Amino acid sequence: MQLSPELMLLMTILVPALAVIGILATSHSPNLREGITLTASVILIYLVSSLYSIIKGGGTVILLSPDLFPGSALNFEIEPLGMIFSLVASYLWLVTTVYSIGYMRGHHEKNQTRFYACFAIAISSVMGIAYAGNLFTLFIFYEVLTLSTYPLVTHAGTEKAKHGGRVYLGILLTTSILFLLLAVIGTWYTAGTLDFKPGGVFDKSTSHVITGTLLVLFIFGIGKAAIMPFHRWLPAAMVAPTPVSALLHAVAVVKAGVFTVLKVCMYIFGLDLLKVLPTTDILLYLAAATVIIASLVAMRQDNLKARLAYSTISQLGYITIGALLATEAGILGGAMHIGMHAFGKITLFFCAGAIMVASHKTEISQMRGLGRQMPITMIAFFIGSLSIIGLPPAGGTWSKWYLIIGAVDSEKWLIMIVLMMSSLLNIAYLLPIPIRAFLVSDESEQKGEVTIKEAPVLSLLALSVTAFGCIVLFFYPQPLFELASAFLEAAGTHYGG
Amino acid sequence: MIYHYPVLQVIIPLLGAPLCLFIRVPRLVGFFAVLVSSLSFLISCGLRQQVHLYGTIVYELGGWAAPWGIEYRIDQLNSYLLLLVSGISTIVLIAAQTSIKKELPENRHIFFYTSYLLCLTGLLGILATGDAFNVFVFLEISALSSYTMIALGTDRRALTASYQYLVMGTIGATFIIIGVGLMYMMTGTLNMYDLAQRLPEVYKSKTVLCAFGFFIVGVCLKLALFPLHLWLPNAYAFAPSIATAFLAATSTKVAVYLLIRYIFSVFGIDFVTTSLPLHDIFLVLGLIGIFATSISAIYQRNIKRIFAYSSVAQIGYMILGLAIGTELGLTATLLHLFNHALMKGTLFLAIGAVVYRIGSSQLNHFAGLGKKMPLTMAAIVAGGLSLIGVPLTVGFVSKWYLIVALLDKGWWPVAVLVLISSLLAVIYVWRVIEWIYFSQPRIILDDVREAPMSQLIPIWLLVLANLYFGVDTRLTVGVSKLAAQSLFGVTP
Repeated sequence: MQLSPELMLLMTILVPALAVIGILATSHSPNLREGITLTASVILIYLVSSLYSIIKGGGTVILLSPDLFPGSALNFEIEPLGMIFSLVASYLWLVTTVYSIGYMRGHHEKNQTRFYACFAIAISSVMGIAYAGNLFTLFIFYEVLTLSTYPLVTHAGTEKAKHGGRVYLGILLTTSILFLLLAVIGTWYTAGTLDFKPGGVFDKSTSHVITGTLLVLFIFGIGKAAIMPFHRWLPAAMVAPTPVSALLHAVAVVKAGVFTVLKVCMYIFGLDLLKVLPTTDILLYLAAATVIIASLVAMRQDNLKARLAYSTISQLGYITIGALLATEAGILGGAMHIGMHAFGKITLFFCAGAIMVASHKTEISQMRGLGRQMPITMIAFFIGSLSIIGLPPAGGTWSKWYLIIGAVDSEKWLIMIVLMMSSLLNIAYLLPIPIRAFLVSDESEQKGEVTIKEAPVLSLLALSVTAFGCIVLFFYPQPLFELASAFLEAAGTHYGG
Repeated sequence: MIYHYPVLQVIIPLLGAPLCLFIRVPRLVGFFAVLVSSLSFLISCGLRQQVHLYGTIVYELGGWAAPWGIEYRIDQLNSYLLLLVSGISTIVLIAAQTSIKKELPENRHIFFYTSYLLCLTGLLGILATGDAFNVFVFLEISALSSYTMIALGTDRRALTASYQYLVMGTIGATFIIIGVGLMYMMTGTLNMYDLAQRLPEVYKSKTVLCAFGFFIVGVCLKLALFPLHLWLPNAYAFAPSIATAFLAATSTKVAVYLLIRYIFSVFGIDFVTTSLPLHDIFLVLGLIGIFATSISAIYQRNIKRIFAYSSVAQIGYMILGLAIGTELGLTATLLHLFNHALMKGTLFLAIGAVVYRIGSSQLNHFAGLGKKMPLTMAAIVAGGLSLIGVPLTVGFVSKWYLIVALLDKGWWPVAVLVLISSLLAVIYVWRVIEWIYFSQPRIILDDVREAPMSQLIPIWLLVLANLYFGVDTRLTVGVSKLAAQSLFGVTP
């Protein structure tokens, strides 16, 4: 049976949404419930992969709804950047589900049905964001994503979790309602359209004061991109169970943020306009400051998940920098970094969760000598760190390479120095963890015999797969590169000329 | 038959009310009330269709031609609101069957349904009539019957709440009648259409200005514009849940309609803007009202009071739309009128279902209900999200149009303030959600079950309406636009 591409697009959003009903209906039988989640994620991968082959062949898929809302309807259109995002999210959903089964059962978490249901809604909205054909649609799914992930953050139901949830929701909703919505309505009012257009939607005659203000509103409004000072939600959200932190706060939610930044920069403003706007540079340096400050803060965190959270803030800054550099190489690097960082960071989070389940350790200072107990986990952690730092043989190398070229192209030397410096800082806060785990031994455990005590096998499987993915992406980055270049072409420009 | 629709609309519930007293069997009375209300609803559907096809309908009561006789005028604006009021009333009455049985002692059921139908009569009458004095009559019918409904609440504080409302409401009604009287004195007519023709001749007179002032203050008391809203929170909190759901969704909306009707169709927008700085007053009171009452809502412990304060805040948004003074602003107001009725209907009906099960509307008693009454709680979440203005709900549509209207006027600081105020809604809605889903139960909930079907169905009908009109805005925006255009165009 061959589905039409339009139907497949619709199905990518509906399949996870329908899975929610199945998950709720089978709450009494955990095996069946997890079976439904797994099936849905496999179907989703199939759908996204088929769509990918269409896009790769140069086709486009557009789905228009009737004009229900004057001026802007719920439209979907697949373009290369959305393809990157949806590919990453759908593959990692499967991996994360496998991991969660091991983790949630190993950790005896409560309310697992709610967990899987909200997870599926979040994935559904990620697909909506990835394939949104206009800013209006994107905004709608952006908000749905915020709301559907809130119950995941407060999953534990403790005071700390509730507090974390308040900060999470508070910042994300404040920024989106106050700035993003205003920016969206402002764009609609100024440009008369919310469609994504190559080269931007604004008329040449539009005052730079207005467009410059709108850019500021957009960048601050997209709180999910965690540009300082609106980054606090990410560390607050770390109270969530680790699979949530892994997929949502290293992949889906934060990537939805930077994805929106890239889309807005390319299709609403356009590179030419970005280059001349007075506010671009200010925001660029703000993003650069975010990169450095977040890295510095990360160094001081002893809690592993908190350190990873700040590391994410810093890495998101890279992508925003890539977008705001307004050069082809910068955009290319930013787009690729969405995929590269996703694999690297999810590996690290998986490892953090595995360590917590297997040895109940959450602080980095407790992890000395852990490499002997959990060799696979720690090796995976090492590989993930390499990818985040941007060292061969891991995928992160490529995206950082293009980002630096982008900085060189635009002759913004300070930005180049920031990128280099930050890589050094990454080394300083990530590598000591696996090194100490392997090379330093824990005094208290020296006497006894060290036995291997890894996380549940499903979790181990998941983190090995993503670590392997980091390496594969180094040797075989072509698909990602091609999509990122196609994104540039779709937006009316190209790299290398 | 079709010819008589405008009046049948009002006559049917008016006759239905005393018939309730004759039926005397509590079980049948409820059923009868649903029947009466749905008949009204069907008629308003027919009227809406007529207006859509042929434009304004004029009906002369008893065959007496205006300006001597009473005239009913159904146009774009009121046909749309008639549909809303009779529709909500029917949905609420379906839920009333079980809810009232539990909340009120049996000997009061008949009185409740009687006053409910009278109140419905009053509201529909205000909407349909084209006669200034007739408005006052219906206003009193609806007001007196709502005092009764509120006083029927089993909590003893319902009596003081009702009394407070009675005092304030009577002052409001008196002001309105003084206003109408002064207008009659100057023009010698009570027909709205006629008034609109004759008032311009005497625009300069202080008496007309005085009439306008009295009228505006009186109506603002009725619609609970800040700072004239003090009667509302208690009235909503202690009335039987069904009465609250009905009044919150319809009664203040009808008062807003009255305000719009008099400003645009009787006095005329030119007079209003030149004689008084009404737009500035509305802007200031609307904004202060939104903030003051939203902040009050955050500190309430009773969930009915939270949403009662929120209602006053929402009135602020409607008044703000009026303050803009453009067609877009009026569209936003009319749109929010409709949308807010859907939100508050959902919320108060769902709260009613909780009261039905646990007998309390204290916020901390909601702890743990997320598991016990999942469908009812999901409805509260949906209504709350709509109140915040999350995309895919009607609240988002309202907010969108209000912001666009504000930007169009160039009032971007006000637009920012409106967005900030919706963050306050996030806070009070989220307090509720946290209690429902993330807190340990404070009372024993072992034998608490999901609400009965007869309540769940109306609740979810409204939830679905919240979502449907949040996505497909063709009907609501279309009609609001048409109504706004006709109000700004020629006076009917």
